[in-house]
Formats: sequence, C-alpha cells, structure tokens
Amino acid sequence: MAEIKLRSISHSYAATPESGDYVLRDIELRWRDGGAYALLGPSGCGKTTLLNIMSGLLRPTSGRVLYGDRDVTELPPRQRNIAQVFQFPVNYDTFTVFENLAFPLRNRGLRGREVAARVQHIAELLELRDVLRHKASELSADQKQIVSLGRGLVRDDVAAILFDEPLTVIDPHRKWVLRRRLREIHRQFRHTLVYVTHDQTEALTFADEVVVMHEGRVLQQATPEELFANPAHTYVGYFIGSPGMNVLPCSIDGQSAVIAGQRVPLSEDLARRAAGCTGTLELGIRPEHIVMSPPSGGVPAAIDFVEDHGRFRIATARIGEHALKIKLGADVPVTGGEACRVGLPPERVRLYEGGRSISP
Amino acid sequence: MSPISKRKSNRAWLLVTPMVMVVAFSAIVPLMTVVNYSVQDILGPDVRVFVGFEWFRKVLRDSELHGAFLRQLLFSSVILAVQLPLGIGVSLLMPRRGWRSSVTLVVLALPLLVPWNVVGTMWQIFCRTDIGMGGAALHGLGLSYNYTANPLDAWLTVVVMDVWHWTPLVALLCFSGLRAIPDAYYLAARIDGASPWAVFRYIQLPKLKNVLVIAVLLRFMDSFMIYTEPFVLTGGGPGNSTTFLSQSLTRLAVGQFDLGPAAAFSLIYFLFILFFCYVFRVIMMRPDEGQ
Repeated sequence: MAEIKLRSISHSYAATPESGDYVLRDIELRWRDGGAYALLGPSGCGKTTLLNIMSGLLRPTSGRVLYGDRDVTELPPRQRNIAQVFQFPVNYDTFTVFENLAFPLRNRGLRGREVAARVQHIAELLELRDVLRHKASELSADQKQIVSLGRGLVRDDVAAILFDEPLTVIDPHRKWVLRRRLREIHRQFRHTLVYVTHDQTEALTFADEVVVMHEGRVLQQATPEELFANPAHTYVGYFIGSPGMNVLPCSIDGQSAVIAGQRVPLSEDLARRAAGCTGTLELGIRPEHIVMSPPSGGVPAAIDFVEDHGRFRIATARIGEHALKIKLGADVPVTGGEACRVGLPPERVRLYEGGRSISP
Repeated sequence: MSPISKRKSNRAWLLVTPMVMVVAFSAIVPLMTVVNYSVQDILGPDVRVFVGFEWFRKVLRDSELHGAFLRQLLFSSVILAVQLPLGIGVSLLMPRRGWRSSVTLVVLALPLLVPWNVVGTMWQIFCRTDIGMGGAALHGLGLSYNYTANPLDAWLTVVVMDVWHWTPLVALLCFSGLRAIPDAYYLAARIDGASPWAVFRYIQLPKLKNVLVIAVLLRFMDSFMIYTEPFVLTGGGPGNSTTFLSQSLTRLAVGQFDLGPAAAFSLIYFLFILFFCYVFRVIMMRPDEGQ
C-alpha cells in the first residue's frame, strides 16, 4: 500500500481540447495511505472524472498518477490495486451473492478453497452470510451496494477504495447505517478511502479530510473543522455550512472594513494584510457567528423576515442593500420588519480578495 | 352498509361495449366463422351437414400435412438457430454512438422495409444461375447449384433469404437491449478484471434476456407462418421440399376448396403457435429461483 499522488492532472473529453473544454484543470493532490477522504463539490465539477482517472478507467489528458513511487498513469484498472463502488449498485444479476464476491478473485486466477475462504471472511464482515446463496438481484438496494463494496474488499491486494456517490439510491435511514459500516471497515482495514459526494453532511461525517472542488479545480483540502472555520475560498464558505457563509462586498479604511457605509472592526493582523490588497475585497462571516444586539458596537441592520427551523431560526437581514443570513437560537426575540444592530466579531471575520482568502 | 362499499351500476356495461365490439369484430367473429366451417360439411349455399370432429381427424391423418409440419418445424428451428446468434453478434459489433451508429441502423433496417413478395422476387432473380449475380457466381466457382432442381439448394436459398430479411430485426432488438445497459456495469467489470467473454456472458447476455425472449417469439411466429417468400422463390418445390404449412393450407382452402378440412387445419395451426408461444414465455419469464 502506498499513498496516491496526482501530479498536475488535467482532463478533457474532447479529442483535441481547447482551453474551454477542460473538466479538470491542473489538479495537484496527495491522498495519504490509510486516510478517509471526501471529494466534495456540486454536480458536474469533475469529481467523478477525477475518481475514474485514479482507478484507471480514464487516462488523463495530461499529468501523472503515482501510487507511491510507481507511475500508473498508463496502466489499466485491473493492474492497479484499486476498487471502485458506483453510484447505483452494480452486480452480476445471474450470479449468487457468493459468486459475485468470488468474481474478482476468479478473474485473477484464484480457485477453490482460497476463493471460498476469502468470500466467507468478507461475507462475515459485511453480514452477508445469510444471503450468500441468494441471487444478487433479489437483495434490497442497500444490500446490493454492500455486495458491490464486498467485491472490492474481497481482493487482498486492494490499497484504495473509491466511492462514487454510493448512497444515492439508499433510503435515508439506511444511509446512516451504511456510512457507519464504512467507517468500521476503514478502522479495521486501513484502506485509503476516497468518497465522492455532493452532500456536505455525508462528506463532513465520513472523512478525516475533505477536498472541495469547483469547476474542475481543487479549492481547498482540509479537515471539516478547518473548512468551516477558515474557508480558503468564498465558494467553500458558501458550499459548506447551512446556510452558507455570508459574503459581502467591502472596502478597507484603516482598522475597519466598510460595508455600505458601515464600519466593521477587523483584527489587527487581518487589517494589516488587507492594507496591501489591490483587488476587489469581500468580507465573509458565518451566520452562526453573528451576534444579535451586541452590548456595544455593532452595525445597524434591518430584519426582513425570520424562518423557523425548529431548533434554530434563520433571520434574513440587510446591511444597506446587502443581504445577510443570521442563525439564531430559538429563544432570541427577533421578528421580521424591525431594525436592530448586529455584531460581527473581529476574530470571526474573514476577508477575500478575488474570492481567495487573505486571512492568516 | 359501510360508506365505501361498491354500488352496482349498469353504466359499466355501456363503457365496455366499444371494446367488446372491437374485439368481437377483429377476433371473435372471424375465428368463430372458421370454427363454424370446421365442424360442418358445406355442400351448397343452403345445404350443410354437421360432421363433428371428422375434419380434424382427417387433417391429423393427412401424410402430406405431416410432411409440411415437419418441414415447418425444421425450418423454424434452423431460422432461430442461425438468426439469434448472428443477430446478437451483429448487435455487438455495431457502433454505439455517433454518425456511424445512425448509418449502421439505417443500412440494417433496409431489408425490413422490403415487401415480402419483393424479397422473394429479388432472391429468385439473384439466385438464377443464368442471369442472377449470386447463382451465376456460385456457378462460376464451379459449384453445382440449382435451387429449382435440387431440394438442398432450394432449402439453403430459402434459409439464406430469410436470414437476410429478418436477422436485422434480431440485431436491432439486441442493439436496443445493449444500449440500455448502464456504463457503470462495464466500468465495474474493468475494475473486477473481467475478460471480454465474461463481460458478454455475465453482463450483456443476462441483460439481453428480455429482448431475446421477444426476438424468439417474433421470429418463431413469423417463420412458422412464412408464406410469400418461398411461394415466390420456389413455389414450394422442387417437389414438395419447400412447401410449408401456410402453403399447404392455401392449397387446401383455395386450390381444392376443401373449406371444412382447411378450417380444421387453420385452428390446429393457430392453437399450435399459441401453445408454443405461451409455453416459451412461461418458461423464460418465470422468476429465477432463489437457490
């Protein structure tokens, strides 16, 4: 087993690509051996393409794929130690569950007792023992997906397992069970897991580290906590969190950011960094971090309306003409149509120049 | 009485009447006419005698019809044995997308658009040893080929003609079946290290099962009822060697005007096809056993 490195991977599905055709642009990534990663991004951002390049189903237009020090860019999937689970369960319908699990082994020349032993072992682990003699087509969707996963696990040479939105067709209440099962398997086997999803909850609960992609580029690779606290890009701030980060255009005046004529104090460090910026500046703040009616200071705002979400409420406010979401406890007395003051704590405020974070 | 119990309404009869009428005129009335003929001896416009199952017994003992029946069975078996594998093979070779795919589809569909008697005429000319391209070429190669004199040659010609005419149907059905297989299956097979044969045997063939059942039913029914093409091509000859059931029936009904036996024969013919298709469908469509 070894870590997987992607060196300046670009890909286009066109035969003679022009600059607008690229679905992946200069991707540079390192997946540590044994890590659990999520690849998060909206539909069509290139996640699946990247996954298929790692497993060898696609050859990148340019760039190299390295397993440890071995360059595998040109190798077909069967010569890579990798398994892949697809969006919907893919099984061999005429096979029993046992035969499905044995298939990758038999294709690699294994026979008889060796096959049976490995299949039994995996079936036990995945709690498939009772259905081994059943046709794969008779199982429920989540069991089918487990069988697909089992076909990856059954090979003892597998170093990494790639998941391409594997829970799309699974009932919501079974998703939790399956995701927990994946975590257990990860703890036990220490495969490198790469999990593609467009669902932030799935990504944040599954992975040690999340890679956020947008329009064929990697915007940030970080732990869930880091993604929440310090989004490297306004898009990450907007994509992670519910609702996403507030991003407001601003200018700098000394120690403060100015939004619609209102001064928002900045931390010393951030103000110093902002002073050197020449591009368009934006101020980012999480809805969770905004303080209603602070004891001192604060910026005048108008509350448009308040939505009740049960445990919390979300107020939509305006500073000047700029909309702002504020996440409130269920007990904070705020109603739509009133004016108030909102506090933006300096230690929570982030600044972005041309979309990229300039915060330390 | 509970509030949601059914209420009797005679309007239901009114609503199903149009459907009953259509079915009556399209199926039941013509079929009953045949049944009517099959149990009577019609001696003149107003003179008829009820004969019971006499015509059925006669038809079932007719050795000429036995011969036609066996030839028919053999013909349909050969047709299925050739056209199914060939059709699957062609569909596997067809380009999946792009303009090549469209061109292939049109070219393949062409034989299906040719009227039956034109097919017979085309092949009759094509296989003539004096002016036909196919027949003359075989002759030129030094092969003794003459479909008007040699029963085996006649058979081969009829089979090849039917293969040309109808294999595209099987191929098109299989092609649509193949196109319906999601890409993920092929990707998973590559990850699993499956050989091309394994992909065919364990992914494509099982996924083609449903269209293949339809292909078998269509090709069996059509080939079992074949009439026009051999009639035009060989006229059922040489001798009776390419006389199939439909042609025997026509001789009986139109040639000899034996309406009673012909009606009895039609019913047996119809019931046989119905029975075969039913049995085949039941066997193929039963759910796979769990164990």
